[in-house]
Amino acid sequence: MVEFTPLGSTVGGVCIGLAAGLLLFCNGRIAGVSGIVGGLFGSSLAEFGWRMAFVLGLLGGGWIALAWVQTTHAPPEGSPLSTTGLIVAGVLVGLGTRLARGCTSGHGVCGISRFSPRSFSATAIFMATAAAVVFVTRHVLA
Amino acid sequence: MPTRVAAFAAGFIFAVGLVCSGMTHPLKVLAFLDFAGDWDPSLAFVMGGAIAVYAPLSRWIARRPTPLLEPTFDWPEPRRIDTELVVGAGLFGIGWGLAGVCPGPAIVNLVTLGSSALVFVGSMLLGMVSLEVWRRVSTTLPERRMKQADEA
Repeated sequence: MVEFTPLGSTVGGVCIGLAAGLLLFCNGRIAGVSGIVGGLFGSSLAEFGWRMAFVLGLLGGGWIALAWVQTTHAPPEGSPLSTTGLIVAGVLVGLGTRLARGCTSGHGVCGISRFSPRSFSATAIFMATAAAVVFVTRHVLA
Repeated sequence: MPTRVAAFAAGFIFAVGLVCSGMTHPLKVLAFLDFAGDWDPSLAFVMGGAIAVYAPLSRWIARRPTPLLEPTFDWPEPRRIDTELVVGAGLFGIGWGLAGVCPGPAIVNLVTLGSSALVFVGSMLLGMVSLEVWRRVSTTLPERRMKQADEA
């Protein structure tokens, strides 16, 4: 069971917005995780450097934050998927976000903040598709 | 070096936000997407909080002539709403709905060293690299080159 967490989620969202603002202010870059990670492959050394630094920052921040969360809350429950399911889902997420040139952060937060019609469309499509998949897996097949 | 420090700091704060908001918790994400079940609206607050901060902040930053540490802003090049966007967002939505994990939280969850996080990120990188390879191959195919020549 999961609880409704409006305060934690809003504070978390504000952190994400501030982090994206910091990257734009200092580096002039959009904080889209799929774009930053996808751009690691076949990039120049200068490009690789800041991208890898962002990913290492994600790991460092995640390490500290998850360690803190686990001492105060129950550990997060894992994914309900089998290994095959995880592989299929992972490939779809990697392929889809690069094809659409953005994910929840690049389109869902940064793009919508700039009122980009592409980002509004992408966000509506991936939200609707994901909700449809959850409906089928939880209420039709289950 | 300063650009890397700034990028590291941004990634660090971003990850703290993801954990704090509940986005790294697959079942919480799936509960947000489960409108017909025991719906948990928390994740709407994540997007709301992030956009409420980034929308005014990015407008203010965009008025500056340059970023602090780089010569230019790297804005996305203008594009139409094309097939790639629609198909890509659809495929991503299917994967997100199956696993409850999107790219940012997937990377963050690597620190748990859990097998599901490792398998998911490995597969995600495979998907990303495959598309990169496909894009490069398809732009060097003869018919595509001719088509691009026609358009130009």
